[in-house]
Amino acid sequence: MDCVVTGGNVKVLAKAIHSLSRIGDELYLEPQEDGLALRSVNSSRSAYACFLFSPLFFSRYTIPLGHAFRCKMAIKCVQAVFRSLSSLEKTVEKCHIELDGETSRLTFTLHCKHGLLKTHNLSFQDSESLQAVFDKESCANMLRAQPRLLVDTVLHFPPSLEEVSVSVSGERVWFRNHVDDEAEQSKAMLTELCLSSDEFDHFAVGAQTSITFCLKELRGLLVFAESTGLPVSMYFDEPGSPVVLSVTDSVLEVNFVLATLSDDSNLCNHNNNTKRARSPPPPDDFMTDDIDSYLIAMETSELAGPSDALAPRSPSSNHTLTTQPSAAMRSLERGEEEEEDTEDTERPPNKKFRSLFFGSVCPSDSQLTNQTIKSQEVLASDSEDDTQASLP
Amino acid sequence: MPLSTQSQTGGDNYVLVASLDNVRNLSNILKAITFKDHAIFNATPNGLKVTVEDSKCLQANAFIQAEIFQEFTIREDSVGFQVNLTVLLDCLTIFGGSTVPGVATALRMCYNGYGYPLTLFLEEGGVVTVCKINTQEPEEPIDFEFCSTNVTNKVILQSESLKEAFSELDMTSEVLQITMSPSQPYFRLSTFGNSGNAHYDYPKDSDMMELFQCTKTQTNRYKMSLLKPSTKALALSCKVSVRTDCRGFLSLQYLVRNDDGQICFVEYYCCPDEEVEED
Repeated sequence: MDCVVTGGNVKVLAKAIHSLSRIGDELYLEPQEDGLALRSVNSSRSAYACFLFSPLFFSRYTIPLGHAFRCKMAIKCVQAVFRSLSSLEKTVEKCHIELDGETSRLTFTLHCKHGLLKTHNLSFQDSESLQAVFDKESCANMLRAQPRLLVDTVLHFPPSLEEVSVSVSGERVWFRNHVDDEAEQSKAMLTELCLSSDEFDHFAVGAQTSITFCLKELRGLLVFAESTGLPVSMYFDEPGSPVVLSVTDSVLEVNFVLATLSDDSNLCNHNNNTKRARSPPPPDDFMTDDIDSYLIAMETSELAGPSDALAPRSPSSNHTLTTQPSAAMRSLERGEEEEEDTEDTERPPNKKFRSLFFGSVCPSDSQLTNQTIKSQEVLASDSEDDTQASLP
Repeated sequence: MPLSTQSQTGGDNYVLVASLDNVRNLSNILKAITFKDHAIFNATPNGLKVTVEDSKCLQANAFIQAEIFQEFTIREDSVGFQVNLTVLLDCLTIFGGSTVPGVATALRMCYNGYGYPLTLFLEEGGVVTVCKINTQEPEEPIDFEFCSTNVTNKVILQSESLKEAFSELDMTSEVLQITMSPSQPYFRLSTFGNSGNAHYDYPKDSDMMELFQCTKTQTNRYKMSLLKPSTKALALSCKVSVRTDCRGFLSLQYLVRNDDGQICFVEYYCCPDEEVEED
């Protein structure tokens, strides 16, 4: 095997490797006819990523004839070859990847400025092929967005957050943090963002649904996508089916396949309260809280307006919260954005937020609540097949 | 160490007085050789030499010429003492390490001679701090017997490119191997770590290479742990000379420019890793 990557593509290759390091500890390398495949999978096999670089990505692409060559190596070792990403562009002119079958070494040679040559001979192990079985095209739902949009969205979640839930309806997408059932309900901080369909390059929702998957792995892809500026496509079906995140251009195809929580684990331990399916159930009867004032606030204000609390950096965007920003709410929202803001874990404000949340569930004639009810009821459905809700 | 009962603030008893308008011209250089607690100071009319050693295999020297100091008075041919370098640096940077333009800490360093503490007067913005650091009998620094006539290979590189290589060195490698040769690969740094080996090659015609004088092919290994502290000196320097002699001993000499643009030198001597010699 003998491949040469030149110029800016070296940085793309380096970023791909760093991105793969967020998934698993080992890098699987397989030179194929349709390109060089770099793959990784996590230990629990719940996340898989594949970067396929077409032969056009390389200035020279020669693969071993005859038997297919596949190997794997510790990803940290390959990352060490491409340290200091920021200076890569300025210093590295080309990168040569060669396989030495006799010594079982994969050699990465970086030709840098001033004649400096960096050679890394990495040992590898033979491995079986690593391939995830998935079919993006058959997914019921597909969203495509500029990476900036998704990066700005996940920015609001703390780095420690494990899982994120994405819910879609006909016109909207909600991103919210997934709180474990075992977590202290009174201490849980809930963050939710709503994006409208016109923020996306492509928005095709077949069935209203909600999926939950690992945020860390999504972030791994977003870091790569943002640096290349390529749009990110998201293909998914019902909970339990994997979500496929894809970035493509003429010389490169990236697929991240992440497992999603199945419906059972989403709804288990929840009481049969349809209103609570959307977030962890409060232990008390929240309906007696100051709901009326909030309902009035909602009916009189518009849905699609920028919430200054949530999107201070992009006032022109359509980021909104599902609930209306009354004065009390606004300060609460701002508080909620800060990580580990202990004030918000005090009981009264938390309850208020949730009741505001579920205030939107109450039947009313406004379109806003109709839509939220729709998605609420679908989410709460115990059965696998989502049927549309019949509105009162 | 008996502290003198005589008054120590009088100027008459000093055998060494050195003053600097900007103490950083001394403290920065000393930071580049602080890998052990104790340092041997040796002052001559030429200036100040500070030596730090590690396990008899590594020696670092910092040279601050008399011209760097605003005042440098020495009453004997050679004045030597040993102090705790960490404590000394803490005192020199007692006003904090920040570099506000226009504000500098001034230093007046005084030494009465054998048995007396090293007295430091530090002043910044009208505030004066007096520090007295106990001194010890200076040990004799190791003579590595590295002389120019025995040098087989010598290169002078611009520090920029070497800094990059050193920052990326595989630290899981126990040794750093240096190959110098009149033919390919000319000048090569190699590591042998957990993931495999890595080589950094500098061609003799690189524009980073200011001087290339290699007479014969030599490959020597040095313990990574010994050479690691030299990266501090490398970070401060603008040029570095790498020399090996017929025994494989390594000499690294760093040209450092201080805040005022004056030149000081730091050098490291290192013994080769003995085990390899047997191969």
